[in-house]
Amino acid sequence: MRDQFLPAFSFQNAIIEPWSLYFDSTIWIVTMGFLVAATCGLIGCFIILRRMALVGDAISHSLLPGITLAFLLTNSRDTLPMMIGAIAAGVVTVALIEAIRQSSRIKPDAAIGIVFSSLFAIGVVLISAYADTVDLDAECVLYGEIGWIPLEDRIVLGGHEIGPLPVIRMAVIGLIALGLLLTFYKELLVTSFDAGLAASLGINPGRYQYGLTLFLSVVIVSSFESVGVILVIAMLIFPGATSMLLTDRLPRILWLSAGFSGLYGLLGFHLATWLDASIAGGMTVVAGIIFTLVWILAPKRGLLVKFVFKSHSKGARTSSIETQAG
Amino acid sequence: MRIFQNRKARNLLAICGFLILCSLSQAAKIGELTDTNWQEQAIEFWTMQQPSVRMAVVGTTLIGLCCGILGSFLVVRKLSLLGDTLSHAVLPGVAAGFLWNASKDPWAIFIGATAAGILGVALVGWIRSTTHLKEDSAMGMVLAGFYGLGITMTTMIQNMAMGNKSGLDKFFFGQASAFNEGDIQLLAIISIITIAILLFFYKEFLTISFDAGFAKGSGMPAKVLHYALMALLAFAVVVSLQAVGVVLVSALLITPAAAAFLLTDRMHWMLILAATFGMLSGVLGAFISYLSNDLPTGPFIVLGATFIFLLAIYLGPRHGILPKALRRRKQRKRIALENTLKAIFHLCERSDFERRVFELNELSRERNISLRQTEREVANLAKAGMASRQSKDSPLEMSAQGRFKLTSSGWLRACEIVRNHRLWELYLTNAAHYRVDHVHDDAEEIEHLLGEHIVKRIEERLQNPITDPHGRLIPSREQVTV
Repeated sequence: MRDQFLPAFSFQNAIIEPWSLYFDSTIWIVTMGFLVAATCGLIGCFIILRRMALVGDAISHSLLPGITLAFLLTNSRDTLPMMIGAIAAGVVTVALIEAIRQSSRIKPDAAIGIVFSSLFAIGVVLISAYADTVDLDAECVLYGEIGWIPLEDRIVLGGHEIGPLPVIRMAVIGLIALGLLLTFYKELLVTSFDAGLAASLGINPGRYQYGLTLFLSVVIVSSFESVGVILVIAMLIFPGATSMLLTDRLPRILWLSAGFSGLYGLLGFHLATWLDASIAGGMTVVAGIIFTLVWILAPKRGLLVKFVFKSHSKGARTSSIETQAG
Repeated sequence: MRIFQNRKARNLLAICGFLILCSLSQAAKIGELTDTNWQEQAIEFWTMQQPSVRMAVVGTTLIGLCCGILGSFLVVRKLSLLGDTLSHAVLPGVAAGFLWNASKDPWAIFIGATAAGILGVALVGWIRSTTHLKEDSAMGMVLAGFYGLGITMTTMIQNMAMGNKSGLDKFFFGQASAFNEGDIQLLAIISIITIAILLFFYKEFLTISFDAGFAKGSGMPAKVLHYALMALLAFAVVVSLQAVGVVLVSALLITPAAAAFLLTDRMHWMLILAATFGMLSGVLGAFISYLSNDLPTGPFIVLGATFIFLLAIYLGPRHGILPKALRRRKQRKRIALENTLKAIFHLCERSDFERRVFELNELSRERNISLRQTEREVANLAKAGMASRQSKDSPLEMSAQGRFKLTSSGWLRACEIVRNHRLWELYLTNAAHYRVDHVHDDAEEIEHLLGEHIVKRIEERLQNPITDPHGRLIPSREQVTV
């Protein structure tokens, strides 16, 4: 059974062939993986700093009814209605969590759990009720697949073919994220680390909180097609969390997460090709493996360094006690 | 963004959003059901002649029971989302158990999933204790990382040429009608074990949930108990997967327990209520999904639980939004009434207690409210039997010169309020050393809240005073009680 499950690793099949025989689709799939991970990772760094990781989880689940409703109302899978539905769902989620928290003694973690599961359930019901008309598959939303993104629609600009529509769209959203980040870097930095200081500097922390939430919805909805709503969380948290084990400076964390995103895209694709599995799943597994490696081996705060340092210092202490006693 | 700073507006928005979404899903359901003859299906469900129906009902009831009880411990320990993490983390274990002999063998899946779930919870703890990453990031990583691994494995299984793999997709959204006898046996065993362990170690679990420091101090093995709870939780999650699916198990843990949390302050009542709510939503979900062939069970169980939660949050007798609002309104009304009585007392006092009958416009000036409002206040007083009208106008339309006087019960209540006010002013100046011109506003608030007992103690402490700090007479005890 085991041999059958884990296919033999063939360098030719997993590494060479995708880049020689199917170069045209491989390059776009890897690029798409990188773009999704990098965009999510960029915004994810701030999500981690603000301890909103699980709010991100909630929003990503709640998007399901939002996009389904948008689809049912407009009957199209265009970007704009989907985005509007997603943003509305994100706002409703955050507002509901706040409403439950303020109007009762339910703690925020329970409020998050109740809201996202209810909204997700509504989404699943909507999809299964309109299964004939809705071109959305609940399972597909749960674990999207980069391999399925349509590569046929090429965008042509000034006679030059630039690339497939979904990849270009993701690139544009990534660039917008980058632009917004550069424009509001100082404000985001201050509000993430010290809301009190931000307020005293005349920066409204609440406004940036909601801005970030809205943009998070946009990023999640543009990524769910390729990685699914739950693995978006992986792409949001893993790059930033891994980088934070390596450095404390925010600019370096942002650069490192972009680098890790590239690794996820490339290695995840090859892992999935080898195992004949979902690429999004492969990317997440790679992300998990890289995190584990960094967690153990990180130069300053890795488990290994800590362990060696701890036993070393313990030894030093006992020896100094011994010399004193001697 | 202003709208989010206004609580009322936000609440309204929240309700509207929920109602719209709920009504839409409702419409969807009915539209779906008309072509599958749902009346017959409903009758078939409630008569329970089919063994599959009986199994679905027994299964969802047991699941609701287990999840409700265990979820209560999560909710009071503020660990709700650990349940979410655990339920996602079991997926690779499910896939591994499935691979074990390439069939839906409940025991293999059960063991694999439990191991994966406990490993996931332990990893959250390790990441938290060995890095500076916060708990939410750690949970998010474990949740998504394990889930990604699970998806990789399930897609591998689905792409493999293997015989019976049809059961696996049920683990995403749940299908209670897929229960077979083996599943029910497993469920029953798990439920009995869970309830037995919780009953036997109830005191210990209660202590680590509410005061972990005390538990450690009194020698309880807090870590062992914590992981025992997590193991039970993993059992419950794993057996619930078939009915509600990976994504929505956490709702079954959180929502019934949160609803129970709103209704009571005692842990044993919370456990009983949460178990009841869990069972109710379980049966409800099984019923609705039975009405049509392709309706998944999980979402309806979750929506049933959410419905119960909404009822609890709006109508809960002690903490509910509606009863709270009603209580607040009643109190506002009482305070307005008492303020009117006080104003009448002041009018009376100004005439050296000569006049007993007053005109509405006098009271309106004294209370500083419009004539219409004054009319309403006096009408309220009359309704409470504290005032009687003296003019011959029709009771509905009194003119500005409409006359009224206090009845003896109204007079007593007015004396009481003024007495509370003046005693408190005196207490603040004498005992708390407030300045005389600072005491009025404070007394204005507290006069409505002072009980008989406190008034008596203040009086004793001030040695039965006669005048307040402004030199006015304090209505005496005799005046108030006669």
